[in-house]
Amino acid sequence: MMAGVALSSPATVAEPVDSPSRRAWRRLKKRRGAMFGLIVIVALIALAICADLVSPHDPIKQSYSAVRKAPSLQHWFGTDELGRDVLARIIFGTRASLSAGIISVGIAMLLGVPLGLIAGYCGGFIDALISRFTDAMLACPFLILAIALAAFLGPSLGNAMIAIGVTAMPVFIRLTRGQVMGIAVETYVEAARAIGNPPWRIAVRHILPNVLPQLLVQITLTIASAIIAEASLSFLGLGQQPPAPSWGSMLNSAQRFLTNAPWMAVWPGLSIFISVLAFNLLGDGLRDALDPKNR
Amino acid sequence: MFKFLLKRLALTLPTFLALMLLTFLAIRLVPGDPVEVRMGERGIDPVRAEEMRHLLGLDQPIWKQFVDYVWGILHGDFGTSLVTSEKVLTEFAALFPATIELSFFAILFAMVLGIPAGILAAVKRGTVYDHALMGAALTGYSMPIFWWGLLLIMFMSEYLGLTPISGRTDLIRFSVEPITGFMLVDTLIAGDKGAFWDALRHLILPAIVLGTIPLAVIARITRSSMLEVLSEDYVRTARAKGLSPFRVVGLHALRNALIPVVTVIGLQVGTALAGAVLTETIFSWPGVGKWLIESIARRDYPALQGGILLISSIVVLMNLLIDVMYGAINPRIRHGR
Repeated sequence: MMAGVALSSPATVAEPVDSPSRRAWRRLKKRRGAMFGLIVIVALIALAICADLVSPHDPIKQSYSAVRKAPSLQHWFGTDELGRDVLARIIFGTRASLSAGIISVGIAMLLGVPLGLIAGYCGGFIDALISRFTDAMLACPFLILAIALAAFLGPSLGNAMIAIGVTAMPVFIRLTRGQVMGIAVETYVEAARAIGNPPWRIAVRHILPNVLPQLLVQITLTIASAIIAEASLSFLGLGQQPPAPSWGSMLNSAQRFLTNAPWMAVWPGLSIFISVLAFNLLGDGLRDALDPKNR
Repeated sequence: MFKFLLKRLALTLPTFLALMLLTFLAIRLVPGDPVEVRMGERGIDPVRAEEMRHLLGLDQPIWKQFVDYVWGILHGDFGTSLVTSEKVLTEFAALFPATIELSFFAILFAMVLGIPAGILAAVKRGTVYDHALMGAALTGYSMPIFWWGLLLIMFMSEYLGLTPISGRTDLIRFSVEPITGFMLVDTLIAGDKGAFWDALRHLILPAIVLGTIPLAVIARITRSSMLEVLSEDYVRTARAKGLSPFRVVGLHALRNALIPVVTVIGLQVGTALAGAVLTETIFSWPGVGKWLIESIARRDYPALQGGILLISSIVVLMNLLIDVMYGAINPRIRHGR
């Protein structure tokens, strides 16, 4: 009888199991804020890639006959103090901001995740050493440490990315370490150890994939912080150097013309705000979608 | 409690040591020699360059440099400014009250608006109020504060003419002898009401700008903490007893919900000190943030190094204070449960 039931319903056995990523994606799709964030991010990436094609003007071409012109049909977002088209500079500035966000978080991950894995998995003196350094770096306010490192390295977009990446690193160390310490005592890790897997293989094959969901949330939120940090550094003259466009440096020059040319300050600030908001919305949505409590 | 305090202190000491190593190494990141970089294209007489290297201790072996650096700090010597030849600690101490005054009002502004906003969002969960308040909080959290500052200057100062644009007071109309370094206190001591109101008007915009991100964070944490507490049994019991919603939320729930909020408020000190760098630069506020940026422009590396160490140490001490306070309020933390 039992065998008959089992044989008569093969469809139940063959039913595809929903993967965790599919489930998370389905939950994410239901969150309007997160989807808005994702659409904006995709649009920004497309804009950064196709900047040459969509930009109406050359972003660094100066025109002394068009200095600080208000928005018009010819210059939709107006022009700056050197007669450069603000819209073109905003479009090309997307490259600096997005690359600063993505590359600096890449640096933070490349340094932070392995150190967190080592600290969490090895424990003992190595953990104490890495943790104290992490504490010390976390004690320095994020922006102040980034400004200091950028100042010591010298002003350039590349150095700003390194400074932001190094400053964001301790967050990834702490997150990975905490997750690893929780996962390392799980039965499947013990089983992997029992069958003779070397520690590096356990860390990379069995522990790291389980840390990834939390890392993904952190990556998204850190990109938002990194974009603000890059804009802040460029605003202070420590990031992108003129004449290359960057939203932060555009705001820096705009502050001298607030009364006469307010458009110079409005558009770059709005661009920073929208991109940071998009990453924060996506990060918040991802956190909810990947939270095991919501399953 | 004493054991807990000792344990926390013991954990803080290695953090301080790591901080000192971090700031010590940071100055070594300067490409080339800090002395040559500072002199730039103008160049410098080799004898004078050697003198400066000696002054900075750069002619010593690296381990000796670090030991001297730590020894100096333990004796209150955070270095000497290359530009003013003043002790870094003296310069910092003179400017720090301005930053404290600004940060204090920024966090006060954030608390006064953030806690009620968080409570309202939690009590009205899922309603339009909740969505609007949390949307506003996320907006504030995503706001680049230097842009927010420029927008407020454009609207409040340039367009409406309501607030001054920069500085701590109108130096032409008022002259106040610095006694405590806190402008509001000094004007009160001097008995100059006009100067007091003027200083307060100067404080409004920078405090709003600096308080925006802490406001968003406090509102979000208050909401989530209240939501957790509102589903507890004792709150249900209070409701079942027939207490008014005001008493249930204001007395029974809020007291317990505020514990994590207090911690987050303490952590906002770091955010405020970092934000002060930008806020003080925009509003020409003569505090340590503006001084740090000026030190970068003047390539005054010892000032920058000492300033970073001092700010970070204050954040570490603040975190220690919060931990100890938290341990005092919540015995479960104290006993490591």
